[in-house]
Amino acid sequence: MAMAETTDNEPTKSVTDYLKAHLREYGLLFALIAIMVFFQIMTQGTLLRAVNITNLLLQNSYIIIMALGMLIVIVSGNIDLSVGSVMGFVGALAAVMIVNHEIPILVAIAICIVCGGLIGAAQGYWVAYWKIPSFIVTLAGMLVFRGLSLLLLEGQSVGPFPREFQVIANGFVPDAFPAAIGQSLAPLFGARQVNVLALGTGIVAAAIILWIGMRKRARNRAYGIMDEPRSFFIARNAIVGVALIFIMYKLSTFRGLPNVLITMGVLTIIYAFLTEKTVLGRRVYALGGNQKAAKLSGIKTERLTFLAFVNMGILAAIAGLVFAARLNTATPKAGFALELDVIAAVFIGGASMSGGVGKIVGAVVGAFLMGVLNNGMSIMGIGIDYQQMIKGLVLLAAVIFDVYNKNKQG
Amino acid sequence: MSALLEMRSITKTFPGVKALDEVELTVREGEIHALVGENGAGKSTLMKVLSGVYPAGSYDGEIHYDGQLAQFRDIADSERQGIIIIHQELALVPLLSIAENLFLGNEQARGGIINWQSTFQQTEKLLRKVGLKEAPSTLVDKLGVGKQQLVEIAKALSKEVRLLILDEPTAALSESDSQALLDLMLELKAEGVTCIIISHKLNEVRRVADSVTVIRDGTTVSTMDAKAQPITEAAIVRDMVGRDMAHRYPERERRAGDMLMEVSNWNVWHPEHSDRQVIRDATYNVRAGEVVGIAGLMGAGRTELAMSLFGKSYGRNISGEVRIRGQKADVSDVPKAIAAGLAYVTEDRKSLGLILEETIQRNVTLANLPGVSSAGILNENEETEVSERYRKAMNIRTPSVFQRVMNLSGGNQQKVVLSKWLFAQPDVLILDEPTRGIDVGAKFEIYGIINDLSAQGKGVLMISSEMPELLGMCDRIYVMNEGALVGELSAKDASQERIMSLIVTE
Repeated sequence: MAMAETTDNEPTKSVTDYLKAHLREYGLLFALIAIMVFFQIMTQGTLLRAVNITNLLLQNSYIIIMALGMLIVIVSGNIDLSVGSVMGFVGALAAVMIVNHEIPILVAIAICIVCGGLIGAAQGYWVAYWKIPSFIVTLAGMLVFRGLSLLLLEGQSVGPFPREFQVIANGFVPDAFPAAIGQSLAPLFGARQVNVLALGTGIVAAAIILWIGMRKRARNRAYGIMDEPRSFFIARNAIVGVALIFIMYKLSTFRGLPNVLITMGVLTIIYAFLTEKTVLGRRVYALGGNQKAAKLSGIKTERLTFLAFVNMGILAAIAGLVFAARLNTATPKAGFALELDVIAAVFIGGASMSGGVGKIVGAVVGAFLMGVLNNGMSIMGIGIDYQQMIKGLVLLAAVIFDVYNKNKQG
Repeated sequence: MSALLEMRSITKTFPGVKALDEVELTVREGEIHALVGENGAGKSTLMKVLSGVYPAGSYDGEIHYDGQLAQFRDIADSERQGIIIIHQELALVPLLSIAENLFLGNEQARGGIINWQSTFQQTEKLLRKVGLKEAPSTLVDKLGVGKQQLVEIAKALSKEVRLLILDEPTAALSESDSQALLDLMLELKAEGVTCIIISHKLNEVRRVADSVTVIRDGTTVSTMDAKAQPITEAAIVRDMVGRDMAHRYPERERRAGDMLMEVSNWNVWHPEHSDRQVIRDATYNVRAGEVVGIAGLMGAGRTELAMSLFGKSYGRNISGEVRIRGQKADVSDVPKAIAAGLAYVTEDRKSLGLILEETIQRNVTLANLPGVSSAGILNENEETEVSERYRKAMNIRTPSVFQRVMNLSGGNQQKVVLSKWLFAQPDVLILDEPTRGIDVGAKFEIYGIINDLSAQGKGVLMISSEMPELLGMCDRIYVMNEGALVGELSAKDASQERIMSLIVTE
């Protein structure tokens, strides 16, 4: 009897089953949309104005860049509390080299990134080969590099940076297409100008996302994997595609593509590919899922943990450069408590504290969610006191949602 | 004797699965009732229904306990009624003492202040009752699994137990510890404690049980009463698997080929106590197509022998020589050992063999990711095809390879581990307790897989605590005692008695 019923209701059952299994991903997307709609209304449309979108991207770029590395560290079963300090330290190093000693910018950037890698290596060494808990090693690192920044800057702010350095964060990609095209398009949208490159990138990116999604669907069908219901697939891709094109259009009517957006986008794609499609990425998940089993399966768990920290250091250095360039000065306070925002973004994005679970895209969306919250509340004039509390509660709610889901499935 | 417990048409469904389908179970007061069935048959689910883990209302059917309809809301509720369950995974706090563990949650306290004197006195009384000669202040950490099991039982006794449920109590115990535990069960019975024992070891079931209920695929197949007629293992097995199993070990054509692996003068010291030698001068070999057994008691050093060989995963100051096909092989870390052609199926599949959160597919390919990738980039289609192939070949019972491993039964999990290592294309497989905690049907399938491997010319080194299994499967058996190989027997010379005498005479 019962068996017959379930077969009769197969399609509806599979939709609910699918929803249940992927509630977290949809929840995250809907939460982001809901928050954006909420603030769009509450700020009388300021949130999605071109200038504010640009601002939002610039403000959150360094958090997103670090969230990429933090996701890998957390998936591997560790944590890095030092990233805020490392970021600040690298910014200070860049300022001292470029402003005080007039070292060529490209050389300084290279040194900073190598330095970030070395810092990661120095911390990762203890975690990986001495099995000292990462919480403790990086807590020590947090203090050490905060102190080193102070030492390096002698307690002062150092700046401003030359124009060529500032463009890392504040520059925009010039329109590659003739200005005439943009000008002829502009009246169509009722805008003063249209950056064709930005708009085109948005459309192409949306198309690529759709194409990848369809390819995955085809694969799932071929192997009989429980698949997203068609209506969900269409709705999700429509929302993502329209949002992407809309944001790019907005950017195109302002100053075009920010340089950091390119940096962020490229890094996100690289790390999403690395974690999901490569042997290296798979091994990191295995390491976080069960370190002993991974080791007995021939995975060099120590080296992998070490590399996760080296990578984190490099990304923290890149974030430090972007941050310094954006503020146009290096201060001893730079990056203070920022590690918490980065870690929060990763957990809001669905990563698990115990390791082995989490996705790059989730971490990026998590970071954006926090970013929109910050930005929206600031525009509304909500004080820093309430902002902190609300952000804390959002983090807690996201993790409770995770645990609740997991219990319900288990 | 009247019935203490009657479970009537218990039905429990999970999303998409009917775990229990009108199960009937009647347990008489003062008897030892064995609950047997293959892994995944529904025994544990039934016990969870009974103990209130699945509260009243979440299942259909009725539980009558002590003449009354019982509707337990949670475990505490059923414990108050004297129903106590001891799980396979022991629930003791390792860094607390025996006394503290015994009264955990039931502290001998007044106004929140613990009365240590009474705690220790009562602990001593309880320990005497279960025959455990340890001081109440001993940390549980320092006890072996067998003694920990006794502590659990003492804990149950401290709560005035009427119905004691033991879930595979002897799975991790040595032969002598198992016997002691079974004796204790009989003593408790004499004192009027009713007992339900879940076990795969049919000889033990036959020894202690007054009645046996067999569960298969979520339904009650039969209940046998030892008083009516003696219970035979064959009858139990027939009901468990739904067919007669004339041979518990599948036939294999025995032919040893060329020398595959030779290990000589293998010495290993303890990783923490550097003055303790764990393996002494072990010299052994495996030929192509051979199944070689290693027999020995718990703590003889069998797992240490295997793990130290497999990429020095255990011990320190390891010395000795390994030759594979006559060539000296470097097995100094796991990747090198795998490259040299070794594979090690661990005895502890959950914590050392599998990534439980991950899918079957991702577990199967884990030891040989280069085999499903090019230039470091995974080919997911190939990965799915490979794991599908093993799912079919190994008969892993699951709708798809995208199921998480934690949702599989023990036997199916073991097949996933075996798949993982077969895909790594080894020459020699070391199987450490390959059928531990696995039901009869799945055991038979695993024996079949081992025979296939030997037919393909692979060498198999099999460690097992179950002597009948070694005698049934192996061409040769090494006997191990206190870190040394003390004897070697060919299949036709070997018997349980000879193995035991080699161990004790040494």
